Order: sequence, then structure tokens, then C-alpha cells
Amino acid sequence: MRVLSRLTNGNMRLGGAALLAAGASALSVAVASAGAHATGRTASKSPIMIGASLSLSGDFSADGQAFARGYQLWAADQNKAGGLLGHPVKMQIISDASNPAQVTTNYQKLIGSDHDQLVFAPFSTLLTIPAARVAERYQYAMVGGADGGPTVFSSGLRNVFDVSIPVKNNLVTFATWVASLPKSKRPKTAAYVTVNDPFTQPQLPVAQAILKKAGVKTVLNKVFPAEVTDYNSIASQVAGDKPDLVILGSVDVPTVSAFTHVFIQQHYNPKAFIATAGPDQGAQFVKAVGSGNENGIFVPNGWYPGFKKSDSQKMVREYVAKYGGSASGVNADVAEAYAVGQVLAQAVKATHGFDQQKIISYLKSGVTLNSVQGPVKFDKLGENLAQKTLTFQWQNGKLVQVIPTSAAGSVRPQYPKPAWG
Amino acid sequence: MSGTALLEAVIDGILAGGVYALMAAGLTLIFGVMDIINIAQGIMVILGAYLSFELSVHAGIGLLPGLLITVPAMFCLGVAIEFCFMRRLRDQDRTQMSILVTYAVAIVIEGVLTAIYGVDYQQLSASYVNSSVHMFGFYLPDIYLIGFGMAVALLVALYYMLYRTKFGRGVRASLQNRTAADLIGVDVNRVRTLTVGIGVGVTAVGGVVFGATNSFNPNTGYDLISRLLAIVVLGGMGSIAGAMAAAVFILVINDVVAVWWSPTWAPIVYFVALVIVLSVRPQGLLGHAAVRAQ
Repeated sequence: MRVLSRLTNGNMRLGGAALLAAGASALSVAVASAGAHATGRTASKSPIMIGASLSLSGDFSADGQAFARGYQLWAADQNKAGGLLGHPVKMQIISDASNPAQVTTNYQKLIGSDHDQLVFAPFSTLLTIPAARVAERYQYAMVGGADGGPTVFSSGLRNVFDVSIPVKNNLVTFATWVASLPKSKRPKTAAYVTVNDPFTQPQLPVAQAILKKAGVKTVLNKVFPAEVTDYNSIASQVAGDKPDLVILGSVDVPTVSAFTHVFIQQHYNPKAFIATAGPDQGAQFVKAVGSGNENGIFVPNGWYPGFKKSDSQKMVREYVAKYGGSASGVNADVAEAYAVGQVLAQAVKATHGFDQQKIISYLKSGVTLNSVQGPVKFDKLGENLAQKTLTFQWQNGKLVQVIPTSAAGSVRPQYPKPAWG
Repeated sequence: MSGTALLEAVIDGILAGGVYALMAAGLTLIFGVMDIINIAQGIMVILGAYLSFELSVHAGIGLLPGLLITVPAMFCLGVAIEFCFMRRLRDQDRTQMSILVTYAVAIVIEGVLTAIYGVDYQQLSASYVNSSVHMFGFYLPDIYLIGFGMAVALLVALYYMLYRTKFGRGVRASLQNRTAADLIGVDVNRVRTLTVGIGVGVTAVGGVVFGATNSFNPNTGYDLISRLLAIVVLGGMGSIAGAMAAAVFILVINDVVAVWWSPTWAPIVYFVALVIVLSVRPQGLLGHAAVRAQ
């Protein structure tokens, strides 16, 4: 019964995911064409294959599928604009089932076997590290949109880039705003609760240090494992301590939803509630927490569907036309993925080819690039230091930009948070 | 750490234990009678949640009345799975092969759910999902109280069926020695089919409570299965009361450690407790050694 003992010691999630991924890979799950309506000069040239491993199933499946849509949307737009150096673009997306081991296999296949000319990163810091290690062996650039955790940049990898804001600074804007509130209005106590994930964990200590300096007392500081299926005790403990401010390190909708439901059950409504991810998932988030309960919840990010930039607005319109729904329901993952394609396309154009070393050198040259999320300028580690974190808040059923309060497009934050429902 | 918070964690653990017992009851029944490890139990919980979602959103049938439809529907699914797949497994490698077979079933169900619903998260809603009652100085969530009540009622009903009916005698005879049961006239195949049907049917009840307390998508089931298997092994394979006792034991330990020490250590502590209990009582808390001797 070796299999049984393996299952009962908690490895099932990974083992299951691995088997599922193997099956998915064997079936070559999704060779997603970008539509490749190549016209004019692109029609005569061979297509450029761009490979990506994405979590089409498993824990990150909601984000992975949104990323797939973002990559495909970019590829379709790029083809409409003549492709890359006149070649039509074809996306080759295969599923990793949210499993780091499968990510390694997938990039071996994409680069080593299929010889794709370019690769895009998978979703999440957790999965980008093994992916970038494979890419580095083949001296490929690994550009991603959701791999901004510090562990990516402290791994000694020279080929990895993240077009979004560095994760560790995600909560700085919010914490600075809280610290700037008049003392009489400022929260007196705060709880910091996070899942043990390389995306969330680095963010909380930075915010905590700012708030501590502003006199906000920490009443609870806890880390919980990613495999939790019952959040009741943790969330009840937060509610029991009644902090004025709750900072939740979350990677998905279910975590924020579970905390929200327990807070409502416990008749506890903090003055401010921010979650690192989940509230940025648009309509999915509202559905999970229940309509009306989303109002007042903050989320840090670099982009939102109402972002006033012409290519961003065009992308949102195209997304709604292709996949349905409304603009406010467009997931931030879509923009992060789309921006990856934009940045690599600019690098290919500037270097006049697909030479990976030239692309890496160009990206590290300090040049400022354009993306739907705003400017991109990489430092030597591959972090994008050109953008500033914004903080968004759900107000009257819409996600709106609120912090920095002086930034263009910001509306006044709702503080204290309105009652649930 | 106040005594009040600790007491609240114990109460939370007991209530959540009832919910997990609901999800594990079917697994232990199938495990005990047939030596089949139903890896698909997690996804079946999610399937139960989706069926309730479908009835609630598209037919306007409440979550609890909807069980009158979802439980029989899941029973029929269980019967079909037993007839199509489990019955074909040879006795000598039934347990090992069952892992593969039920895993395949899980993948198929997951694939179908993904094709229909996509990977967007859903959550069941009803007036009692966010409400609570103030008792013993705490707010106790109505949905957990309902789940615990249903767990007790269901487990009592299963216990009655197993120990007070002719069918139950057949189940227990098959559990103790299937060859002897066959020889004294028990229709073992029929017993097995109905047992799987019942085991999968009760999962619908677990699904409705899980879906009301957690957001779910077709991939959510994988996080459940390791904990459900731990509950079944600790409680004693085939023991309904054992599943309840083990679920409460594990969840209380989990919640107390999470609150008193750290949520990161909670699963480690309860798995250590599992190892200690099994080294003293290999048959589990309420299991019978003879059952495993088959």
C-alpha cells in the first residue's frame, strides 16, 4: 500500500496534478492557434512558434486560462498588424496542471524538442522559477507577467523578466496611504494573514513595517498552508481579535471569499480590508463573495479594466467582443499576459531577429518599452521598475482606482469600509 | 491566546468535523465493503455541489430541498460506476487497481465539469450561508450547524441501515468475509452495487455544505481527497461512526493548532497524531481488525 501511504501523507494534490498534467500533455492539450489571419507579406513567411506552459487545470486554472486568453488575444492582434518581422505568430500552449514538475517537462518539450523560437512564462512566481531554469539552459529569455516574487530575482537567473510591478512593493502604496491618515481616523490595530506562497509572503512584512512605524499595532500575524480547505478557524480568529485593518495575503478568489463569508457570519466588519489577489478577478470575485459584499474591499495591482490607455481600452473591447461578459469582468491576468507579448514583440523588432542573447541584452539595456499596463523598464535583475503600484477598491459594484489619491484617474477611497451586503 | 479563542476553535473543529464526516462517510462505506479506494470522492463532492448549484440557479430549487433530487442522482451515478468499472476489477489486485480506475473516473468527471462550467469559481448561496446564531458567547455559523445536524442524522440513518436491516446484515457479512457471505446466500454483487450507490449518494449532502462554505471549480476536489482518506483510515475502514469520530478528532486538532500555534503546523500535527493512533490501533479508532485481515 505504498500508494495509499503516499496519498494519506498529503501528497495527493501534487500527485494528482502530475498525473493529470501528464495526461494533458500526452494529449497535447491545447495547441492554440492565434487565429493567424496573416495577410499581405506575412502569408508568404513561415510561422513563428511561441510556446507557453499554462495552468489550464489545477489550483491556478482560473488564472492560467485567463493568461491563455491574454496570450492568444495578443497573438491575434500581432498577426493583424503583420506578425513578427513579417512572420505570422502561432501560440503553442500546453497545460502544466499547476504542477512545477510538469512545467519543467513542458519547457523541455517547447524549447528542446519543438524548437519554438520564443517562449512566454507560465502563471505565478512558483511555476516561473522551474520554467526559467530550463529556459536558461537553452539561453532563452523568459518573460512573464505574473512572476514578480522576490525569489524569482534572487535565484541567480539572468534570463527572467517580469513586465508587471515587483511583488514585494505591492502593498506599499496602500500602507503609505493608511499611514498618512489623520491619527484620529487611522486604524489602531491590524491583522496580517497570508498563504505560504512566494507571491504573497514577501508583501506583508513590507506593509507591516510601514504601518508599525505609523503606530498601527499588530494583533495577529499568521501564515497558513496553500492546501487549506477549511478557513473557518483562521478567519474566526481574525474576527475574534477585531482588528481595524485586515491585510490578507491571497493568491485566488476562494481564499478571499472564505474570509469574507466568515467575517459576515461573525458580524465583524473591519474599517479596511485588502487582499493581495482575488478581488482583481472581476465578475468571478463578486459571484463568490455575493453581490454587494465586494464593496469596500481593496486590492493592489498595476492595471484594471478602466485603465485610461488607448491600447488597454482596445484590448478590453476586443476581449469582451471575443469572450463575452462586460469590461469590468476582465481579469487583470489578461492584461499581464498581453503585456508579455507586447514587450517581446518590441524586443524582436529592435534586435531584427529571434537571437535570444540579443533579446536578453536589449531588455536589460534600460530601454523603456510600452505595454497595456503602462511603461516597462527592466533593471539588471529583470524587475520592472517603471510602473507604480496602484490600489483599487470595489465601490458600488465596480472596481475603481483609489490610491495614490493624487494619481490621475483615482477616485476617493471609501473609508471606513461600508457594511456588508 | 485566550481560553475563549481556544474554546471557539474546539467548537469550530467539531462543527467542521461534521461537514467532513459527511464527505467521508461514502468513502469509508465503499472502502470497507469493497476494498476500493475511491480517489474520485473529492470530485464527487464537487459534482454534488455543481448539481445543487444547477438546481438552485436554474430551477430555483433551494439547496436543502434540492437534496431530494441530487442524492438519488448521485446514487444512480454510483451504481453506474460500480457496474461499469469496479465490478470488473479482479479480487487479488482490486485495491491497487481501484486507485487507477477511480482516478480515471475523477478525470472524466473533472473534464466534463470543465467543459460545461469552465474553471470560474462558483459558490452556493442561500439565506443561511452568511447567517449565524449567538450561542455560548460565540457566533456559530448556521451553515455549519446545518451541516453538523445533517451529518449526525445521516450517520444515524446509515448506522440504522447497517445494523437494523437485512441489507445491512448483508453489507456487514460482505465486509467481514465476502466468500462466506456468498456461501450463505448474500447476493454480494447486489450488495456491492447498492453500497457504492449509497456511498456516492451521501456525497451529495457533503457537496452541498462544502459548496456553501467554499468557492469551488472542477479542480477543487484534489485538495479534499488526502484529508478524506486520512479521516477514513483513522476512523477505521468501513466504520461510519469511526468516520465521524476521526473527522471531529482531526478537525479539532487542526483548528486548535492553527489558532493556538500556527496554521502551517496544523496539518503536520494531525498527521503525526494519525501515525501515533495507527501505531497503537492499526485498525483505526473504531475499526475492526478482522475486516482488514481479509
